[in-house]
Amino acid sequence: MWASPGKLKAKGIIGMNRRNIRYISRYNSRHLFPLVDDKLKTKLLAKRFGITTPDLIGTVTTQFDVKHITDMVAGHGGFAIKPAKGSGGKGILVIEHQDADGYVKPSGHRLHREDLERHVSNILSGLYSLGGATDIALVETLITFDEFLSEYTYEGVPDIRVIVFKGYPVMAMMRLSTAASDGKANLHQGAVGVGLDIATGTALRGVQFDRPRMDHPDTGHELASLRIPDWEVLLKLAASCYEMTGLGYLGTDMVLDRRHGPMLLELNARPGLAIQMTNGEGLRPRLDLIERQPDGANVEARVAFARHHFARRGELQVAS
Amino acid sequence: MSRVPFYLLVGVLMLTGIVMTVYRHVEFDVPWTPGEQREVWEVEAQVNFFANGGPVKVNLALPSHQENFRVLTENTASSGYGLSFLDDDSGRRAQWAIREASGGQQLYYSVQLLVAPDAEAPAVRPPQIPQDITWERPYDTAAQGIIARAHQQSADAFTFARELIQDFSGDRQDENARLLLTRFDRSPLIVRLLNQAGIAARKVDGLMLEDGRRRQALSSWLQVFDEDGDWVILNPATGEQGRPDNLLLWEASGQPVLEVQGGSNSGVSFSMLKHNEPAAVAVRNQLMNNTLLNFSIHSLPLEEQSLFKTILLIPIGALVVVLLRVLVGIKTSGTFMPVLIALAFIQTSLFTGLVGFLLVVAVGLVIRSYLSHLNLLLVARVSAVIITVIAIISLFSVLAYRMGLNAGLTITFFPMIILSWTIERMSILWEEEGPKQVLIQGGGSLVTAVLAYLAMNNPWIRHVTFNFLGIQLILMAFILLLGNYTGYRLLELRRFKPITED
Repeated sequence: MWASPGKLKAKGIIGMNRRNIRYISRYNSRHLFPLVDDKLKTKLLAKRFGITTPDLIGTVTTQFDVKHITDMVAGHGGFAIKPAKGSGGKGILVIEHQDADGYVKPSGHRLHREDLERHVSNILSGLYSLGGATDIALVETLITFDEFLSEYTYEGVPDIRVIVFKGYPVMAMMRLSTAASDGKANLHQGAVGVGLDIATGTALRGVQFDRPRMDHPDTGHELASLRIPDWEVLLKLAASCYEMTGLGYLGTDMVLDRRHGPMLLELNARPGLAIQMTNGEGLRPRLDLIERQPDGANVEARVAFARHHFARRGELQVAS
Repeated sequence: MSRVPFYLLVGVLMLTGIVMTVYRHVEFDVPWTPGEQREVWEVEAQVNFFANGGPVKVNLALPSHQENFRVLTENTASSGYGLSFLDDDSGRRAQWAIREASGGQQLYYSVQLLVAPDAEAPAVRPPQIPQDITWERPYDTAAQGIIARAHQQSADAFTFARELIQDFSGDRQDENARLLLTRFDRSPLIVRLLNQAGIAARKVDGLMLEDGRRRQALSSWLQVFDEDGDWVILNPATGEQGRPDNLLLWEASGQPVLEVQGGSNSGVSFSMLKHNEPAAVAVRNQLMNNTLLNFSIHSLPLEEQSLFKTILLIPIGALVVVLLRVLVGIKTSGTFMPVLIALAFIQTSLFTGLVGFLLVVAVGLVIRSYLSHLNLLLVARVSAVIITVIAIISLFSVLAYRMGLNAGLTITFFPMIILSWTIERMSILWEEEGPKQVLIQGGGSLVTAVLAYLAMNNPWIRHVTFNFLGIQLILMAFILLLGNYTGYRLLELRRFKPITED
């Protein structure tokens, strides 16, 4: 039931305390946090750096504007409402399509105009934001993810998390939503995490609720065949977020859009540690290696370095 | 990035805390445990005299802190007299004065003394040796004879004094001694002889403490100094060196014990009583000097003291929270909410507190789920929850009282705003992550609160935090060290277990 600390250390696992002290507080300057904690700021910044993000339909900034939300989304089919300062996927409402009767969530659950307004009002009151500060609501177009992914996910948009350390992509995973996770791509809510090989973007290991998993629990599709197209483009996109934000220890969340390819969804200055579970190894050796590299390498060099040094062969392939 | 300044700071805090704590223990005899009993002597001095009808001034020597004894409290009873305490080179004295008094007069002074075996004697300056000591014939030759003899049979000041005293007592009394004793009192005579031999000495007055004794008188003792300023107490009757454990030096500067102006037939008698007191009480009664090192909560008025008793416990609660979060990895709803709940538990007792907390939160959650349908702004909704919580608490108090459960009334000690936020957070958590997370975080908060309560309600911890302010610095150092801990949390050992199974 319990692992000995020595065993975890041998695996290079990083704990919360070490992540907080050794990486976040050392490499992430406090004054840079607002850039990633506020999704609107991230979005505007990304635009300046030529990084694609989902299209912004509009923002709601005052309670007075709440009743205009239905006008704003009219004619947009699917959309997502997010708190700008939300954390951990809290307060994100996804509407797949709308019709005369109301708004339909990916689960088929139907919402009405008042539900929508209450949700936006809650966002503005700061219910989902860090520290309860008043917030603004972003309304974005729905991402239409790549078709091949639909076998690997249930109801939600699968996203790709890449940990970027000092500009080097060090570890990656894909998060597949499940019925248990209510269409959300949060691992602790029951989404399936699939570790991805940094060199090739192929699946290494599947994990749900911290236990190994060979297939998707709802679609039944095996995970081994998962391979991310445009892998190098995606890595470069992730790596360039270092220049964009200046944050040394960064979690980048990306999606594969049918039309636009890899797209930046959001950034996280305090990325979780579950990625170690999905990769079956700890972050420590990779972070130590990066710390020994001189500063100043460009994006291409960093991605090449990471793909060379962090290449792995997954247990899923071995099994199949 | 050097960590040296950090460890230096932690070291300084730790060291200062330990030094302050040990200093309090050694210097002021504050015990380590609350249950320790301390012996306390209650000594009452009764001054009797016959007033002549005019103005009267009474001057009585008072005991001070000394080896083996520490003065706790003192009281006087003296109807109509003005009283002032003097504290100068000639020791502490009480001075009573009245414009007009006649007939028999009684003045009372009582003092509580703590028996403190490790209390140190205050520094004593040796008295000046009088320069010209002259004797009348034939006493001069007798004195010289005795001094010469004692000088021969001794090596230093102390052995000399002992020889001298023995020359005046028992079988060794010779002609010279007998002659001198016809003219002088024993104690002043010995002091005079010692002074003539160039040895600083004085007569001091002490009280032998014996439980339940009344109408006791002071006895004289000799205090003899050597060249280095060290001194010993000698029994002037036997020459025995060293002070008995039960000897209280009442007047130790060679001054008269009692001076009465405007009265006659004056005298002072003593009665005494021994009893045991809990150490904490004894500590509270200590008269504190207002030095910086003696910085103590005890110098505050009683009401503020009891307030501080609680305030000084909060760091303990904070330490428990830090331990559980950093070393164990327990999730709580609101970082320090458990500490506030634990403070409420202290008032309500654990069982009542737990039942009350669960009742309020459960009922609050039900009502809150209705409020969430009303589509309210956040601040308004939380305010509504606050009013709901107050209503629940009032209702439970009245119900408990009607049913004869007085314990139910203590439910009012719960911090209502904190409870309301807890309900709000739990409710959101329920909607977003389901009841499981509510149980995990709510349970984590309760476990933390109970552990913090157990720590904060521990009699020893209460005693130590209240009586040793240095503990706060030590706690600070510990918390700083914990803030630097990069190892695994206990629950992570379980979380990451699957990785090691390959």
